[in-house]
Amino acid sequence: MPSEEELYQEHILDHHEDPFHRGTLADATHAHEDKNPLCGDVVRIELRLDENGKIEDLYFTGEGCVISQASASMLLEEMYGKTIDELKEFSAEDMLDLYGPRLTPNRQKCCLLSWKVIQSAVHSPIGNE
Amino acid sequence: MSTVTENAALLPASLREDFPILTNNVLGGQPLVFLDNAASTQRPRQVIDALSQVYERDYANVHRGIHTLSERSTEQFELAREKVRAFINAEHAHEVIFTQGTTASINLVARSWGETNLKAGDEVLTTVMEHHSNLVPWQQVCQRTGAVLRHVPLTEDGRLDMAAFDLLLSEKTKLVAVVSVSNTLGTVNPIDEIVKKSHDAGALVLVDAAQSVPHTTTDVRHWDADFMAFSGHKMLGPSGVGILYGKEALLDEMPPFLGGGSMINEVRLDGFTPAALPAKFEAGTPPITPAIGMSAAIDYLNRVGLEAIHQHEQILVEQAHAALSQIDGLQILGPAPEHRAGLVSFAFDRIHAHEFAQVLNDRYGVAVRAGHHCTQPLHKLLGIAASTRASFYLYNRPEDVDRLVEGIAEVQQMFAPKGRKRRRKPQ
Repeated sequence: MPSEEELYQEHILDHHEDPFHRGTLADATHAHEDKNPLCGDVVRIELRLDENGKIEDLYFTGEGCVISQASASMLLEEMYGKTIDELKEFSAEDMLDLYGPRLTPNRQKCCLLSWKVIQSAVHSPIGNE
Repeated sequence: MSTVTENAALLPASLREDFPILTNNVLGGQPLVFLDNAASTQRPRQVIDALSQVYERDYANVHRGIHTLSERSTEQFELAREKVRAFINAEHAHEVIFTQGTTASINLVARSWGETNLKAGDEVLTTVMEHHSNLVPWQQVCQRTGAVLRHVPLTEDGRLDMAAFDLLLSEKTKLVAVVSVSNTLGTVNPIDEIVKKSHDAGALVLVDAAQSVPHTTTDVRHWDADFMAFSGHKMLGPSGVGILYGKEALLDEMPPFLGGGSMINEVRLDGFTPAALPAKFEAGTPPITPAIGMSAAIDYLNRVGLEAIHQHEQILVEQAHAALSQIDGLQILGPAPEHRAGLVSFAFDRIHAHEFAQVLNDRYGVAVRAGHHCTQPLHKLLGIAASTRASFYLYNRPEDVDRLVEGIAEVQQMFAPKGRKRRRKPQ
């Protein structure tokens, strides 16, 4: 069992209190929202793709625990400027590595929520939601 | 630091020695404080030994064999049925049906009674505080039959709005499905009054008693409930066994739900005749060992005394309610202690329930539930995504409440805004 000192590391609390691109994107081309039915954590990601499949910009909104929201901030920061192909390459395991502290299976679901949302978002043009 | 440790109405702390799991676990360097009893309880040595004894000496399938072990198992299984009958003061042992649990019991009534008796235009009345297990089966049966599902709302303080109940109850209402104690709010509902009014309107009543049977004396005949459901694992027994109580005349009229072995009188290639009660509703091999374990749990609860358990939990919940009421920014869900059973759920504006459950576990050894507790519609109504719940049982102590409250204070401190800045990543 990880201890909570590992779980709530300083840089995670920093992301939680001072998140990367929390908000909405006015000229978004793609968006997706999902929730974790177990706990009600919810994340919505809006992004703008250019014609070459590059993520020009992206924002998230949501509610939930520190892990679900801080991990969304970390993921968006990581994916800013990346291409769809690079996003596809970015596995669930990569997401857990990016987060850092080892998580129990239930808390992994919190951490992977935004990762699941962004993988769907790039295939969800706005208007077809 | 506890103010009520000397209270004479508390149960003796020595009964904790009957529960090996309480001393076999250390979490985050602290002995386990188990406050997740509304989800499931722990077992005393007496129940664990009863289970071992069945498996080591007496186990075989029931109602089938001539041999000695089948006779022993059958005798103990049927003795368990009689124990349950006496525990809830039912009239007949064959009104006690062994199921897999509360959920299975409610589904049995929804499918067997509901699909036979409900038609388009009829109404089923439930409440907004129901566990999903007493909501979804009625949604399903209403979808199939065209009956309409209605919900009794809450008062401001989290009790059932009985004035609204009076308005919603009509000659269209065929069944009222209501929880005796809310697993989220802790609210104790006026089952006596609900049954009387429902019967006057010509409706039957199903009581989801999963959160009350383990904690206080139950007299199903005094309630005059038509159906009642509860689970073994919430009352010191094993998981995998629950009870459906139903009045004999109703159960006799209902068609069997699951078909298979045991539930038949005669089977031909082109049809069958169902068995008499209770076998009619116990298709397949029943939860033999869990039922015998549940019987041992009832013996244990009877020895301690249901009234004494209730008093003990009331002291703990009053202590918890008073302490939590002092905490800034904390919202207690549900009514004042005099209207609630032994649990308390709470929410904060800014701090998610997961943080409480995680830190309480990792740093204080306190096990609590975080989430929606299988009451999503209720949480939505209250405008919160999730809550943290502490639920008490006979082995909890005032010191456990102290530890909970200390932990909550620490979580508040840990997650308070501190003007943190994320380290900027070079783009």
